[in-house]
Amino acid sequence: MNHLIIAPILLPAFTAAFIVLALRDDLRLQRIVSGVATAALLALGIYLYALAADGETRPYLLGNWPVPFGIILVLDRLSALMVLLTGILGLVVVAYASGGWDEKGRHFHALFQFQLMGIMGAFLTGDAFNLFVFFEVMLIASYGLMLHGGGPARLKAGFHYVTINLIGSTLFLFAIGLIYATTGTLNMADIARRSAEVAAGDVALLRVGALLLFLVFALKSSLAPLHWWLPTTYGAASAPAAAIFAIMTKVGAYSIIRMHAMVFGPEAGEIAWTAAPWIIPAALVTLLVGALGVLATRRLVDLVAFSVVWSMGSLLVALGLFDVEGLTAALYYAVHSTVAAAVLFLIADMVTRRRGASGDALRTAPPVGNDALLSGLFFVAAIAMAGLPPFSGFIGKLLILDAARASAYGPWIWALVLVTSLVVIIGFARAGSTLFWKAQAVGGGLVAAAPPPEREFDTPRKETGAMRLSVYALLAFAALLVVFAGPATEAFEATARQILDPAGYVAAVFDPAIVPDWSR
Amino acid sequence: MELLVATGIGALTAAGVYLLFRAQTFPVIIGLAFLSYAVNVFLFAMGRLAIDAPPIYSPDVKVYTDPLPQALVLTAIVISFGMTALIVVLALRGFLESGDDGVGARERADSESGRTTATDTGLEPGAAAASERGV
Repeated sequence: MNHLIIAPILLPAFTAAFIVLALRDDLRLQRIVSGVATAALLALGIYLYALAADGETRPYLLGNWPVPFGIILVLDRLSALMVLLTGILGLVVVAYASGGWDEKGRHFHALFQFQLMGIMGAFLTGDAFNLFVFFEVMLIASYGLMLHGGGPARLKAGFHYVTINLIGSTLFLFAIGLIYATTGTLNMADIARRSAEVAAGDVALLRVGALLLFLVFALKSSLAPLHWWLPTTYGAASAPAAAIFAIMTKVGAYSIIRMHAMVFGPEAGEIAWTAAPWIIPAALVTLLVGALGVLATRRLVDLVAFSVVWSMGSLLVALGLFDVEGLTAALYYAVHSTVAAAVLFLIADMVTRRRGASGDALRTAPPVGNDALLSGLFFVAAIAMAGLPPFSGFIGKLLILDAARASAYGPWIWALVLVTSLVVIIGFARAGSTLFWKAQAVGGGLVAAAPPPEREFDTPRKETGAMRLSVYALLAFAALLVVFAGPATEAFEATARQILDPAGYVAAVFDPAIVPDWSR
Repeated sequence: MELLVATGIGALTAAGVYLLFRAQTFPVIIGLAFLSYAVNVFLFAMGRLAIDAPPIYSPDVKVYTDPLPQALVLTAIVISFGMTALIVVLALRGFLESGDDGVGARERADSESGRTTATDTGLEPGAAAASERGV
């Protein structure tokens, strides 16, 4: 057993506790410790990704309990990929937040580390109830981060967010109860092994459990019609919080892959592919709703939030194909859309800062302090998100369309993905021209009616160097995703094959060689 | 006994779901509490109902009940207790800062509507603020 498998969970846990207990009054030290710990987390992510690249599935027995009885962590290609992605995003967001956002409330860095701990745990665990616990860790930290900065608007949105997630958690428990009652186990590999042999009378119950679980993950990944919380929450959250939340929707998508493509996947007997009939139609509706939202909204941050809903629609369409091509496309798109969404939230924050009292309302206002650089960044990020060549969104979309050719939903997927892409491009183009090109036209009759802005900054402020650097880093990563699209797709394809081979996963977890030696 | 437990869970869930659809924060919180009670009993019953059976090993006992659901319920209770405390504080803060116990976002639109109308008329932002103050 490689003990570094658990390190991505322990490191942020201890960092968070240390920050709360020892450094609560020293923001500068908090920034240093949090930054160093997140950098170490990224290094761990790179190491684990390299480790998992050999295609082996590595279980880690907590407390050295034998497999179906103790909780296990499992490192395979999929979890390693998500851990690495979280590490990259975490480092960037911590750098951005250290530019000033972390002064706007207490305990930003501690909450942030707990958030990372929950996300890492959700990606690494191999136990269904443990997945619930890490979901809770992640959500509890996210409640704090969502409210960071305070203000009535955030409190209102926060109440909605907490309520919807508590309902989700309750459903999660119902689902887990049903799965335990029918299969008698909570270990994912064991569920996969036993769900094919469930007694005939219990199949319906297990199916209800699996579908309730799907409902929870659909809520997390903002699948229509369960997406309404997302724009409100992300639109109200502070920029670094919204940026790290970009990975939280992917936790939902990851869980759908883990539970419904693998555990209840090809070898689950009667309940194989339970979620499959629902996911593509719902994802197509998500595409439509997200794109219409992008067009309808009148605040920049809301626009980015709706584009996140839309990108989740694209991701879930590909995921819903449940074959190697579909999952490859979904993984590529997941990595791309996490980066694109995070960078757009950060750029939107820079714009908001520079516009001072005008906030992020999409209406003409005094010019945004010069800036060719900022409008250029927005241009690049918007193109990447909308999926125009030459950026990563284009390749992701190409993979999705290519994978959808064989599907019965093929024509629908092609039509909706392409049409909604156009709508999103129009939305971003309109927002960009309002923000940057019509900037001088303030006054007279040209002032468009717009909702009152969220005034986080009354006087225009420039972003700090660290903030700009973190945006560059994310865009550079997106560029790397394009340059190395070939090797990346190959790796994702291997990941997809590994996911669709539950027998290999079960065999690795129940490997007699790892049964602990208790004779000592 | 199965019927009693099942109807109990059903009634709790129904009450919880009904209260969740109310438009005030307080009933919503009570609804969440009902739901979490329902799920706790539900989880407990998933280990099958057994009477007079201990979950922990002892030498002179023949029949045991499943200990795992009890451990799960314990975790679930701790989490839902903490969450209820959090959401109560959140609702109170929201009420104190906005003076409104509603779940909707109506309050924000109302309090700022004056500003929006002023901007609609094409005044400069400064002038709008001035007219708001009655200058």
